[in-house]
Amino acid sequence: MTLVKTKIGRRAFIRNTGLASGGLVIGFSWLASCKMTPEQVNSLPDEWFELNGFLKVGDNGMVTIMSPNPEIGQNVKTSMPMIVAEELDVAWKDVLVEQAPLNTDIFTRQLAGGSQSIRQGWESLRMAGATARHMLKEAAAQAWGVSADEITTKDGVLTHEASGNSAGYGEMASAATSIEVPEEVQLKDNGSFSIIGTDKKNVDGKKIVTGKPLFGLDVYKEGMLTAMIVHPPAFGMKFKSMDTESVKSMPGIKDVFHFEAYPEDVEKQWSDGGSIPEMVAIVGNSTWECMQAKKALNVEWEEVSKLESTSYHDKALASLLEKAQDEPARKDGDVDAAFKKAAKIVESTYSAPYLAHNTMEPMNFFAHVTPEKAELLGPIQTPEFLEQTLVSRLGMPAEKIDVMMTRMGGGFGRRLYGTFAVEAAAISQKMNAPIKLVYSREDDMTQGTYRPSYKVKYKAGLDENGNLIAWHVRGAGTNDDLIFENRFPAGAVDNYLAEKHSLETNVTTGAWRAPRSNFIAGAEQAFMDEVAEAAGKDPLEFRLELFDRAINNPVGDPEKNDYDPERYAGVLKLVKEKSNWGSETAKARGVAAYYCHNSYVAQVLELEDGGDMPRVDNIICAVDCGIVINPLAAKNQIEGGIIDGIGHSTFSALTFEDGKPEQSNFDTYRLMRHSEAPKNIEVHFVDNGIDPTGLGEPSLPPAIAALSNALYKAKGRRFYKQPFINDKPPLVG
Amino acid sequence: MATFTLNINGTKQEVDVDPSTPVLWVLRDHLNLVGTKYGCGIAQCGACTIHLDGTATRACMLTVSSVGNSEIKTIEGLSEEGDHPVQKAWLEVDVPQCGYCQAGQIMTASALLEKNPNPTDEEIEMAMNGNICRCGTYTRIKKAVKLAANS
Repeated sequence: MTLVKTKIGRRAFIRNTGLASGGLVIGFSWLASCKMTPEQVNSLPDEWFELNGFLKVGDNGMVTIMSPNPEIGQNVKTSMPMIVAEELDVAWKDVLVEQAPLNTDIFTRQLAGGSQSIRQGWESLRMAGATARHMLKEAAAQAWGVSADEITTKDGVLTHEASGNSAGYGEMASAATSIEVPEEVQLKDNGSFSIIGTDKKNVDGKKIVTGKPLFGLDVYKEGMLTAMIVHPPAFGMKFKSMDTESVKSMPGIKDVFHFEAYPEDVEKQWSDGGSIPEMVAIVGNSTWECMQAKKALNVEWEEVSKLESTSYHDKALASLLEKAQDEPARKDGDVDAAFKKAAKIVESTYSAPYLAHNTMEPMNFFAHVTPEKAELLGPIQTPEFLEQTLVSRLGMPAEKIDVMMTRMGGGFGRRLYGTFAVEAAAISQKMNAPIKLVYSREDDMTQGTYRPSYKVKYKAGLDENGNLIAWHVRGAGTNDDLIFENRFPAGAVDNYLAEKHSLETNVTTGAWRAPRSNFIAGAEQAFMDEVAEAAGKDPLEFRLELFDRAINNPVGDPEKNDYDPERYAGVLKLVKEKSNWGSETAKARGVAAYYCHNSYVAQVLELEDGGDMPRVDNIICAVDCGIVINPLAAKNQIEGGIIDGIGHSTFSALTFEDGKPEQSNFDTYRLMRHSEAPKNIEVHFVDNGIDPTGLGEPSLPPAIAALSNALYKAKGRRFYKQPFINDKPPLVG
Repeated sequence: MATFTLNINGTKQEVDVDPSTPVLWVLRDHLNLVGTKYGCGIAQCGACTIHLDGTATRACMLTVSSVGNSEIKTIEGLSEEGDHPVQKAWLEVDVPQCGYCQAGQIMTASALLEKNPNPTDEEIEMAMNGNICRCGTYTRIKKAVKLAANS
């Protein structure tokens, strides 16, 4: 057992936090909206006792665990409560899960992003369970007149062996509420878990497959109006004027008005990236009526800054690749001197377009703002930041603003930027009515916080023995400088130079699943294959050689290197073993490894024969994310990340003409479909007992490189330009 | 506005809406059946898939005036308790990530299996190609369809 101080989120352990009755909790609990079986009805307790802000124990031993973080499909609504249940020592079948509302008094970091929910929640979730278990044990000890140290717990039962006393948690729950919150609690040893590390199905699974209301778009409330927006058609334009008269009289339309979502004096948070200062709102009785009015409305826009096209972005990024960075991001040794004496030099440039997030559920939010209070309900990855912006936008203290989260129909970073919720609040305030703002797919795709467009140029030098002696990377992105200068192969090459540039543009960009890594991994690991080939070495062994160097004799300060070369090499060795790498195979294969979001992933990808763009037959994937909470769901994340990486790098692009996105729906924006998906994905986890790290993002980046390396084997040419489907060989002759 | 009597999940329902209104919005905005999802509005993503006389149909481009006496089945009508073989298979395989597209996927899969109880991998893919899953649960969906076919 590990003894730890209950210092994390002490406020969470102060009782009577207002959550006891579930007063703030919206009616989305599993039992609340599914028809209950007789067993379930009978299993509900008469009374709940809240032991801390994370959990309450019923008088019959049922336990309700609050899932603090937003659920975007990464399955934290199941895995976070699993961690609490583990330390509480309750049987999983006796656990009910509820989505917590935003409550900064109780929870820390209620945010879905950076694959950090489990990693950063790990300690407080364990503490919540362990603290409650301690209090239940103390209550039993007092009741039985024995020492709490002699009481054991298992599956929600307290036992004192010597006296023969035994009781369920429900029997001690009431008494436990008057036990003092301990200063220190004992946590289980990693490795002695009974819930963590076992397959648990999605707690919302049944509601999902039966079509129950779960998502923001499913919110319908008494007296609620529907609102839609009309935003500028191009980046670089703003509202000028409109004629609303004919539209206002259309059936079901309540109002049409120009409004400032973000007046100049609003104090913005980083989550307001992509905010559009002013736009038009259409408010009506139903979605279809609003859509008709939207089509009929004529708005005049005016140009306020350059209307950029993809050709401009491409040219400007390419010119940045010709420019040295004044102060390089990182410089070890002297690359120029090394290139002069190199026996071989390899040079390549890689590029990728803008991408839209395209969550299947378009942006939306419910808002009901009155002079007294504001109620916000919907899909948001950053509820706390949203609340802070609303304090400024609505001129209302945080105490009067309730932000509640629904399950989200996808996030991928898009819902980090809750500008749509601020727009909803502004519209509700103006209408003095409850409204649900709904973006059409076209609104969603053409008013984005896109994945930036990127270009990167690599140059590597090899000596006569095929040793890597110099590595130069220079990258550029739109509103993003792309390069992680301290990531591999920094630290493994004597002469290393990393340079980066950002091209300022008015096309709004932001985090898109595995930011930067979602491009740079594909480029770096594809280039690594080119260099290995020039060195005459096996690509996997070539990487392992470099990790040996970083382990045994790192270049520069090893603390500066943003990776652990042993864990990095570990996933490569595991994937080598599981794929029988090096053995004869008729299939075109590629390998890649990458580290991001604190986790390590290596993949071997095999293609089917034939076709312009051969289909992925199989992927063998090795993952080191420390302790795996829920293997069933963890594999789902890995599979999804791989498909996401392969799908987007093969098919997807968002392009611009005069500031206007040229794709606005799925007829022109291509996403991977069933018949194009990998046929099989095999996932292996490294079992090392290390505290858990990120899982939602790390499998995506290396998949792109594993694909591009396999494509080279299949087609005999390198793929440098995403989407690969458009990267055709030049015509010869 | 006009009055339409629709046969939905075995029950007659009356709605007073503009004749151009797609069935998707009739279900969601007027009948409180929100399992059928809005994804694209142009029949490209499959999130709004329903059964129209047993055939998988995109509700977002099906106008209410064109339905007539045809039988509409939505995800809510697929089974009373979520125990249709396809729903059970989805739970068994633990398919969903975000879950938003899954009702549409299930409706397409169940229509396929009604007509072709033992589809090949290729037949499954062809039938399901109109349904996008942005989270990338494609391999699990195929596994679940096969499991349902075998049960």
